[in-house]
Amino acid sequence: MAMSKRKRAKVIRWVQYGILIAVILVVAFTANWDKIRTTFFDLEVAASLFPEVITVGLVNTLIYTGLGFAFGLGLALVLALMRLSTVRPYRWLAGIYIEFFRGLPALLVILAVGTGIPLAFNTFLDKYVALMIALGIVASAYMAETLRAGIQAVPKGQVEAARSLGMSPARTMVTIVIPQAFKIILPPLTNELILLTKDSSLALFLGASITEYELTQFGRVALNDSRSLTPVLVAGLCYLAITIPLSYLSRYLERRTGGKKIGTPESTEVKA
Amino acid sequence: MSTAEATEVAVEITDLHKSFGPVEVLRGIDLRVGRGEVVCVIGPSGSGKSTLLRCVNVLEEPTSGTVVVDGTELTDPDVDIDAARRRIGMVFQSFNLFTHLNVLNNLTIAQRKVLRRSQAEAEQIGLANLERVGLDGRESAMPNQLSGGQQQRVAIARALSMDPDLMLFDEPTSALDPELVGDVLAVMRRLADEGMTMLVVTHEMQFAREVADRVLFMDAGVVVEEGPPEQVIGSPREERTRTFLSRVLNPARVAEE
Ligand SMILES: Nc1ncnc2c1ncn2[C@@H]1O[C@H](COP(=O)(O)OP(=O)(O)OP(=O)(O)O)[C@@H](O)[C@H]1O
Ligand SMILES: [Mg+2]
Repeated sequence: MAMSKRKRAKVIRWVQYGILIAVILVVAFTANWDKIRTTFFDLEVAASLFPEVITVGLVNTLIYTGLGFAFGLGLALVLALMRLSTVRPYRWLAGIYIEFFRGLPALLVILAVGTGIPLAFNTFLDKYVALMIALGIVASAYMAETLRAGIQAVPKGQVEAARSLGMSPARTMVTIVIPQAFKIILPPLTNELILLTKDSSLALFLGASITEYELTQFGRVALNDSRSLTPVLVAGLCYLAITIPLSYLSRYLERRTGGKKIGTPESTEVKA
Repeated sequence: MSTAEATEVAVEITDLHKSFGPVEVLRGIDLRVGRGEVVCVIGPSGSGKSTLLRCVNVLEEPTSGTVVVDGTELTDPDVDIDAARRRIGMVFQSFNLFTHLNVLNNLTIAQRKVLRRSQAEAEQIGLANLERVGLDGRESAMPNQLSGGQQQRVAIARALSMDPDLMLFDEPTSALDPELVGDVLAVMRRLADEGMTMLVVTHEMQFAREVADRVLFMDAGVVVEEGPPEQVIGSPREERTRTFLSRVLNPARVAEE
C-alpha cells in the first residue's frame, strides 16, 4: 500500500498516542487509588516527618556530599596533575588509582573505608570523616579524568603568554591553567555533584546514630515505623530538590560556556 | 669586542638551528639586534619566522646554536629562563589575553606574581600602560568584550607593564579586521619612537618600510636578504625576495587602481 512519508509519520504518531492513552486508562480503572494514596502519600505520615527530614536528613545528605565532594576535588586535582606529570611513576600511580576506583562499586569503597579502616587500624572513625574519605575517593577517580581533560583543553597560547611573562610552570598552572580548566569543566563537575548526592545514600550501610541519618536512612527508618511508603517519597522529593536545580545549573553553565565540549577522558587519551 | 659595544647589542643569535622531528625549520640563522633597533622579519608562510621569534625567548628550544639577550645566554641549560623572560615582552598573533581575568588583572598578574610588585604599584603601572595604548577606562572589561584590536593593545600593555628591554611581535595584526590594524600599528610605531628594541614579524610592508631600521627576508629557514627597508623592500637584490614582495604587494596595487 502506498503511503506518503508524511502520512505514515502521522499514522505512527497517532498509534503511539493511542497506546499511551490505553495504558493510562487501564491503570486508572484497575488501580485501587485509595490504597495507593495511603501507601505512597499519607499526609499525616508526611507531616510527622517534618522538620527532622530537613534538619537532620537533608542537612546530613548535604554535609556528606559536600565533604566528599571537597575532599574528592582536592584528591582529583592531585591525581590530574600526577597524570600530566613528566615523572612516569606518578602517571602510573594516578592511572592505577583511577582505573581501580572507577571500577569498584561505590558501596564497596564505603564499606571498606567505614568498617575496614577502623578494623585494620583498631581505631574509631567518625562517620562524617569516614564518608568524606569514602565518597571523596569514589568521586576523585571520576573528577581526576574530567580535570585532566579540562587542563588539556586550556589553549596552549594561554600557557605561552604566561611563560613569556616570566611565570614558572607551577605558577602558570596555578594562576592561569587551573582556573580556566575549572571554568571549562564546571558542567561535568556539577553532574558529578549530582551523582555524589545520590551516592551519599549508601551511608545507610554504615550504621549511624539518629543525628547522623541522611535522607535515605531517615526515610527507611520512618518507613519501618509508619508502614507507609510516604517517607520514601518525601525523601525522594528532597533529593530532587537538590538534584534538579543542580542539573539546571549544569545545563545553564554548559550553555554559558558556549556548549564548548571538551573531549571525554577516553577521547583525550587517544589524542595524548 | 669592547664592553661598550657589548652593551649595545640587545640580541645576538649565532648559527641557530631548529628541527621539529626530521624537519629542519631553521637552518643556521645569525642575527644581531642593537639596543633601540627595530628589526622587521618578513617572509612567506612556513619560512620559520615565528619559530625564530619563539627561539629568542626560548618558547621553542633551539636544536643548536646560541641565543644571547642582554648578555645572558638563554641557550645555556643552567640559565634561569623565567628571570630572563621578564625582560622580554612577547605579543602573539592571537593576543592570548588571560580569558578568565579582566583587563586590569591581565595587566597586573605577572607584575604581582613574578616581579612581586604590590597590588597598588602594579595597578598604577598597569593603568599607565593601558593609557599608553589608548585604552584608559577599559580596565574592568573582560577580554571577550573587546575587539581584536583592543585585545591586542591590552596584550601590548601587559607586556610593557613588565618593563621589558626587548619586545617580540609575532604578526600582531594578522588576526585583525583591516580597520583595526591601524590602532595597533600606531601603538607599535610610538613604542619604536620611544626607543624600544623590537623584533617584529609582520606582513605590513608599509609599517616595515617606515618603522624598521632593518628588514630581514626569510625563506625556508634561512635569512635570504637583510638590510635597510628601502633596499630590501624597495629594491630587493634576491629573486626570492622579489617574488615574495610582488605577491604581498600586488593585491594592494590592484586595489589602488
Ligand atoms: N611545534 C611544531 N611542531 C612541528 N612543526 C612545527 C611546529 N611549529 C612550526 N612547525 C613547522 O615549522 C615550519 C615553520 O613554521 P613557522 O610557524 O615558524 O613559520 P612562519 O614563517 O611563522 O609562517 P606563518 O607566516 O604562516 O606564521 C612550518 O612548516 C610549520 O609547520
Ligand atoms: Mg608565524
